Amino acid sequence: MNEILALAAVAIAASSGLAAAVCWRHPQAGDRVFVGSLLLASICGLAAAARAIFNVGVGGWSRPWGVPGGALAVEVDALSGMFLLSIFVVAPLSAIYGASYWSARDNPSTAPRLRAFYGLIVAGMALLVVARNSILFLLGWEVMALSAFLTITTEEHLPAVRETGYVYLVATRVGTFFVFATFAVLRAETGSFSLSCSTLDASTPRATAIFLLGLAGFGLKAGLMPLHVWLPGAHAHAPSHVSALMSGVLIKMGIYGLMRVCSFFTNIPAWWGEIVLLLGMVSAVLGVAFAIGQHDLKRLLAYHSVENIGIIVIGFGVALLGRAMGQAELVALGLAGALLHVWNHGLFKALLFLSAGSVIHATKARELEGFGGLFRKMPWTTVAFLVGAVAICGLPPLNGFVSELFVYLGMLRAGSMSLGMLGVSAALGVPVLALVGGLAAACFVKVIGIVFLGSPRGIHGRDAHESPRAMLGPMTILAALCALIGAVPELVAPVLRNATSAWLGTQSAPSLSTLAPLRAVSWTNLLLIVAVFACGAVTLRGSWITNAVRGPTWDCGYSLPSSRMQYTASSFAERIVGIFSFALRPRTRAPDITGPFPLTASFESRVPDPVLDLWILPASRWSARVAASFRWIQRGSIHLYLFYIVGTLLLMLLIWR
Amino acid sequence: MPLTQLFAHLAFILLLPPLMLGIIVKTKAAFAGRVGAPLFQPYHDIVKLMRKGVVLSRTTTWVFVAGPIICLVTALMAGLMVPLGYQRAPIAFAGDLVFFAYLFGLGRFFTVLAAMDTGSAFEGMGATREATFSCLAEPALFLGLLVLAKRSASLSLSSMLGGPLAGTWQGAPAALVLVVVSLFIVLLAENCRIPIDDPNTHLELTMIHEVMVLDHSGPLFGMISYGAAIKLCVLGAVVVRTAIPFGTGSGLGDWALFAAGMAALAVAVGVVESVMARLQLKHVPSLLVAACLLSGFGIILLVR
Repeated sequence: MNEILALAAVAIAASSGLAAAVCWRHPQAGDRVFVGSLLLASICGLAAAARAIFNVGVGGWSRPWGVPGGALAVEVDALSGMFLLSIFVVAPLSAIYGASYWSARDNPSTAPRLRAFYGLIVAGMALLVVARNSILFLLGWEVMALSAFLTITTEEHLPAVRETGYVYLVATRVGTFFVFATFAVLRAETGSFSLSCSTLDASTPRATAIFLLGLAGFGLKAGLMPLHVWLPGAHAHAPSHVSALMSGVLIKMGIYGLMRVCSFFTNIPAWWGEIVLLLGMVSAVLGVAFAIGQHDLKRLLAYHSVENIGIIVIGFGVALLGRAMGQAELVALGLAGALLHVWNHGLFKALLFLSAGSVIHATKARELEGFGGLFRKMPWTTVAFLVGAVAICGLPPLNGFVSELFVYLGMLRAGSMSLGMLGVSAALGVPVLALVGGLAAACFVKVIGIVFLGSPRGIHGRDAHESPRAMLGPMTILAALCALIGAVPELVAPVLRNATSAWLGTQSAPSLSTLAPLRAVSWTNLLLIVAVFACGAVTLRGSWITNAVRGPTWDCGYSLPSSRMQYTASSFAERIVGIFSFALRPRTRAPDITGPFPLTASFESRVPDPVLDLWILPASRWSARVAASFRWIQRGSIHLYLFYIVGTLLLMLLIWR
Repeated sequence: MPLTQLFAHLAFILLLPPLMLGIIVKTKAAFAGRVGAPLFQPYHDIVKLMRKGVVLSRTTTWVFVAGPIICLVTALMAGLMVPLGYQRAPIAFAGDLVFFAYLFGLGRFFTVLAAMDTGSAFEGMGATREATFSCLAEPALFLGLLVLAKRSASLSLSSMLGGPLAGTWQGAPAALVLVVVSLFIVLLAENCRIPIDDPNTHLELTMIHEVMVLDHSGPLFGMISYGAAIKLCVLGAVVVRTAIPFGTGSGLGDWALFAAGMAALAVAVGVVESVMARLQLKHVPSLLVAACLLSGFGIILLVR
């Protein structure tokens, strides 16, 4: 039943773009058909996910399939259900938003294509999380990855978009190569392409190969730190609702793959956990540090995805370490933190990208330095962004705090139990997570302060306007979900426990309510909200606030303050960028000021991506030079290529028969 | 929790924080050979501010008003989580130390936003400094609390500070000394005291916290001052309970010992402010990293 529902969701989502294309004469009707069919897909998908995460009707469904090695094997267990739920909450909300943001009426040439591939991304993701056969998984994976390429390059007439699309395409091909290799080695180990085993021995060399290849392939899709090169540009240049979908759920497919592959093994060695933990810490700290240096609103949010993937992976690392040490509570807390952060990041990052999209929609600009004082023109967008920002910084009383609390508790427990150096290494994540929280707060204070507060800098947004209700509605729902999980975390505890049990395979996970103080957090959060509103009500009813005198900003007595005197995004970030300059390599062009009356001067600073600029691009240039000497093989004649294929196949048949 | 203890806790956290400021000022005056302001001057200042009118900048929005409110509420909530006078705090649960630290994060988030709301270069300057230095102070706080959690095998402030810690002065005194020093540095940084920030300086260009609140006036500024006093008291209580983890056995004696500890802490802050100069801003991160490292050594001493 669950499987049929999930497959129905896949089929409807995949055909939603085609259904919309039928009404090509009426662009608005097309948008409505698209949103309607995606909502229908979501109802099916959410039903399947809801049944699975409460362990109703978990079974499996399998049919033979003509593809060599393939089988239509599908199963929705609680782990798949978690990801399925995230997909089918974020995807329809972003699609509703997208119908106004990128409507077919305003963009008749690109909107139909965007809708079609958006539906295919959703279908691909839903298929891969329920697939229990490597080939079926890869089908979903490729549909998702290639459709994402075609949505990122929606504005293909811009050179920067084409360049970004190319980087993404190369990255996703490399990632797919590693995923293929992972499944090939898995096939050699288990003898089948099936993805439902849980008893593999993790101490064999092949197991090590599976883990490392999977880490590379899925890490590339998730955007773990040295492998994140495709992510900032792709998120920045895609239409905002696609960025919300990609950042909110698409990159989590890498996390899903990694979790699924690790669930095949029984005796997981501690070094797996250590590596995952280390990668998570690097991604979290450097992701947020790079974010602070960015001046492009969406690029900045994209680097925060790297940071949050880092937090998720830290949680998963704690779970792996717990499994290696046989500590069930570390597994439960770490995995609960990671999985809940998958949900939470999906919600608040989609919210942030949609709010950023509203700003871009209203101002046609993404450059932070030109904004200012948008609060007065877009009050609801500002509130939505503020809610998303508080949530992503992991501050109480919203949902980000709950998932980070799980991860903190896991690490603190690992530190306070006597587990030797392994426990201490897990506990070292505590200060790292604290640092990440502080940096994220600094970054979002910068964005809100520069974009929404202060006075307009007069470059962007002179005629900005609040977004229509069709765009504000999905944002409101996302914000409400953030608040709900923050206020009543007990709701998600049984779900997380079921998903952890599904990941563990045989044994069942300990109850989260006994491990984490969910009820106390809930009451304290409510007390905090009530106290803030009570204090606010008392303050605002006071006579002094109504009798307040309005004047210019004090500015230490300077009587003619101008908006150009405000702190800018670069100046706000300068100090933190300086601390992390060993990794960020900021490029600044400062003027040489000499004499008492200097002439007009300009200052410029930016933080490019060193991994891409310093390592990958030079390496690609070198490999292109080497490859050029083999160009004589390429004659551009299709007969010759057919000959190559036939020759290769014959050769391989001769060797392996 | 008995009602009398709850009232004692609330009375302490609501009434006594400004007195700590008074003690610091008196100590500094004594070092400078002056009589100094009366011990209760901070109360008069806050009451006076509460009676004044408000000037609001035309640039500001409701975020500007929300800053002081959230700052005060979060400080008070943190005050409900920290154990005073050798009893449990009114709000105590396993993992409350994370909530405790993040409450300050929430308060800071909105204080800094309120500063950015004015659109002034000075307040932007204060905002970026506060945001930068707090990033480094938070890991130090968490590392210090991690050492205490490891030693007491508990994740709640109420059971971490006190009972189980009392044996540490015999078992691992070096680790505890390191943690106390580290937490003291965090206290100085979080409360904008010398050597990190000078609350009494005259030049806005060199300030951190005070320059962020330049535009707040009247009751709004009163709330900020009161909230800052409570924050000093709350973090001070963590330091005092770490340094003096044993009680006297009687309820009243415990409270007296705790109050004496808090007074001694205020004197210590005053002494530091009198004998040290403010660090150059570029050297502040090194001090905070040093605080992290001290607690890091503490952990190593505990696991070795």
